[in-house]
Amino acid sequence: MDQSLGLDSSQEPESADPQDAYERGHGPYQPHEPGYGLDHPGYSPYEDEIPDPQARMLAIKNAKAYLLKTSTKSGLNLYDHFANILTKILDEQPTNTVDIIENISKDVKWAQFRKKMDTLRDEHSIPPTFEAAEKYKALFVKEGGEEEPDDLEDEMGQPSLPNVMETAFYFEQAGIGLNKDESYYIFLALKNLINIRPIQTCRFWGKILGLEMNYIIAEVQLQEGEEDEDIGEEGEEVLGEGEKEGEAEEEDEQKEKEAEPPKSTYKPPPEIPKEENGTGTNKYIYFVCNEPGTPWVKLPPVTPAQIVCARKIKKFFTGRLDAPVVSFPPFPGNEANYLRAQIARISAGTHVSPTGFYQFANEDDEEDEGADTYEENPEFEPPPVAEMVESLATWAHHVKGILKQGRCVWINPSQKSEEDEDDEEEEEEEGEEQQEERGPALLTLISEDEGMKDIPAWTAQASTDLIPRYSVAILQSNRWPGAYAFASGRKFENIYFGWGHKYSPESHTPALPPPVQAEFPSGPGITETVDPTVEEEMAFKAAQEDALAETEEEEDEEGEDD
Amino acid sequence: MEAQSLPAALALVAGGGAGLSPERQAALGASLPLVQRDYRFERVWFWGCIQGVRGAYYIAEGLGPDRAAPRSRLYSLNCLDWSLLTPATKEMLALAEQVKGRFQGDPSFEYSLSEINAEAAARLMESGKEPVMKEEARLIATVELIDREVGIVPRGAFVKTPLGSVYENRHFEGLSLVEAKKLSSYFHFTEPVNLKNKTLLEKADLDPSTDFLDSLEHDIPRGSWSIQLEKGGTVVVLRSLLWLGLTFYHVPMTKQFGYVYFGTGEKNLDLPFML
Repeated sequence: MDQSLGLDSSQEPESADPQDAYERGHGPYQPHEPGYGLDHPGYSPYEDEIPDPQARMLAIKNAKAYLLKTSTKSGLNLYDHFANILTKILDEQPTNTVDIIENISKDVKWAQFRKKMDTLRDEHSIPPTFEAAEKYKALFVKEGGEEEPDDLEDEMGQPSLPNVMETAFYFEQAGIGLNKDESYYIFLALKNLINIRPIQTCRFWGKILGLEMNYIIAEVQLQEGEEDEDIGEEGEEVLGEGEKEGEAEEEDEQKEKEAEPPKSTYKPPPEIPKEENGTGTNKYIYFVCNEPGTPWVKLPPVTPAQIVCARKIKKFFTGRLDAPVVSFPPFPGNEANYLRAQIARISAGTHVSPTGFYQFANEDDEEDEGADTYEENPEFEPPPVAEMVESLATWAHHVKGILKQGRCVWINPSQKSEEDEDDEEEEEEEGEEQQEERGPALLTLISEDEGMKDIPAWTAQASTDLIPRYSVAILQSNRWPGAYAFASGRKFENIYFGWGHKYSPESHTPALPPPVQAEFPSGPGITETVDPTVEEEMAFKAAQEDALAETEEEEDEEGEDD
Repeated sequence: MEAQSLPAALALVAGGGAGLSPERQAALGASLPLVQRDYRFERVWFWGCIQGVRGAYYIAEGLGPDRAAPRSRLYSLNCLDWSLLTPATKEMLALAEQVKGRFQGDPSFEYSLSEINAEAAARLMESGKEPVMKEEARLIATVELIDREVGIVPRGAFVKTPLGSVYENRHFEGLSLVEAKKLSSYFHFTEPVNLKNKTLLEKADLDPSTDFLDSLEHDIPRGSWSIQLEKGGTVVVLRSLLWLGLTFYHVPMTKQFGYVYFGTGEKNLDLPFML
């Protein structure tokens, strides 16, 4: 701003606001001063003293009265509103004001209302943010101090808390994993789980996403002899796949003999018993929670029927364990069972370790049935990372695959049916002799996994090409997208982050309903005919007697001829 | 997601387990500003990563002064060297929808069209070209499809000026917690399709400066978005079920939002069976 004397005739007001003129060094031009006529006409504060036509003044007064008119809806008037806007603009001095002028206008209007309704709004919503924060804070509480230094020595059956942060670091080298806060919360939640339950080994299995909530899953082995009795799922439903067999039609013939409807001789296919806890698919016990901080819930053991059905359906998880699974074929269980079945399938399909890390307990029996136990190989020499990436033969499954039956170890279901013999005369066998199923042996190399079409089952990568010395070998499964494994030296780990579904190159085709059952073929033996009415019977009888009379007459005639 | 806020944004999206390794993040931090300088973009968005069988594609988008104009897309195999992709054509889009299976990871891989679509193959042969579709074209088309179908922004984040160009709304302060849980507060950031079908009554309620896009409410099939409040409500995360891997995050009452795709680049056609 120029502080020079008002004599500077090149001076023109820069702002159109008449108020600014007062703030500047030189005041309004007096009529006797040389710069007088150079003011912008109409902006001088002495406007109304300058003689004006009457009409113009009237017009101005009308305009101002119009601006001062109060709105019927909101009680504001335009004059005050403009004044507020201009005040706000001059206070804040934003850039490119003309572009955002409408928004500023809106904000000024909002500001009016907010004051009135402020007190009401405060009471309403207690955001769930704070509750969750409380839960997370509770995770950080340290246990009561009795157990402190003694636990540092190794005792028998001391539960081993996995180093979740270390695993997370290795996976992060590949870009896989949750953010550090969440990993740490999971770490603390696992520690809580170990303190609550008698656990021998524990591992962070992974995270499965759901529609409303997600699942965090821990794979656990309880201490021996400490298994919980709450098996829960006694009501195992049998899949209604049985089609009626020939025996059902024989009931029609029996109907005429017996008064009551005959009992069905249909026997459902024998249930395949689930595997014992601690073996096969039920080797580990799984605990889930929705978020770290919420209590851990134990998942029930999985039955072969559930696995067989889970292979046929594809459903999103909702996040609530008690949600029903509506599907065809009907899934025997609720979401907790479906989750457990998928976990079993994923574990069987994608849990791998470097070849040679595990070896069979007894070198002799490497057959399928005997080899369920493995132990760490103390003489394991980890191959270099480059080799682990190049050749898939350096990795091996350490979880037994699941057979078509739904178990890891095949069982002959007809053996069980001998106990169910009824006193039916005919005991029909199930038709096909069930072939004994053999799956891959326990420590098979993953190079033998079949791919789908032209996609291999596994993709191996090194975490970094720039620094090969410290890179980590990473395996991604293509059959179960979301399953990863890493290996670096002697350390390795498996994890799963995903939606919990298998990849299939073709679209999912749901099972068709069973075909319509055929009726018994019509034949002369059972074709129904209408019962003859009385007239017809009489007519028939009359006709018969006529025929009889005729033959008698013929015989008589013949007799007479003799 | 904005290239500048990449680290913070990746931390918010990591709930799905997918993210970037430190090496890639560092590489992006170095190369994306250079891309912005070379191509004279006003904004650079890191779009995401499509995982192929043998390698991955990292995609970035550049925006000019009009944010709703067609965006330029670049891809890279190592987050350092970026190549510009040509805009998608209708034939590319039609063909890409029929190609099934994973991406291979090699941009010059060729899908033989004779298996997929015999007519297109015949047409190409007549015009003297090979009856193949390159993986690069499939990549272009897939990114375009994903952006069109599931690229979303919160309501009020962008304003349309009377001249038709679209800018970020400097007055956008974030959705409230209540609004953030509703599907109607999010828009598809692409040419609107359903807007003109709305009744006059509905249109009267809309604000033409902010409501110029389709909202997610009427997406078919219903339930194809999963809304979750993570970290106790500090972040709202939307995951698309149609294109598994697309994650959108927004911190309510702040200006932070963005979406990113980490996945295999395949549409989830089994969605109706899975809901």
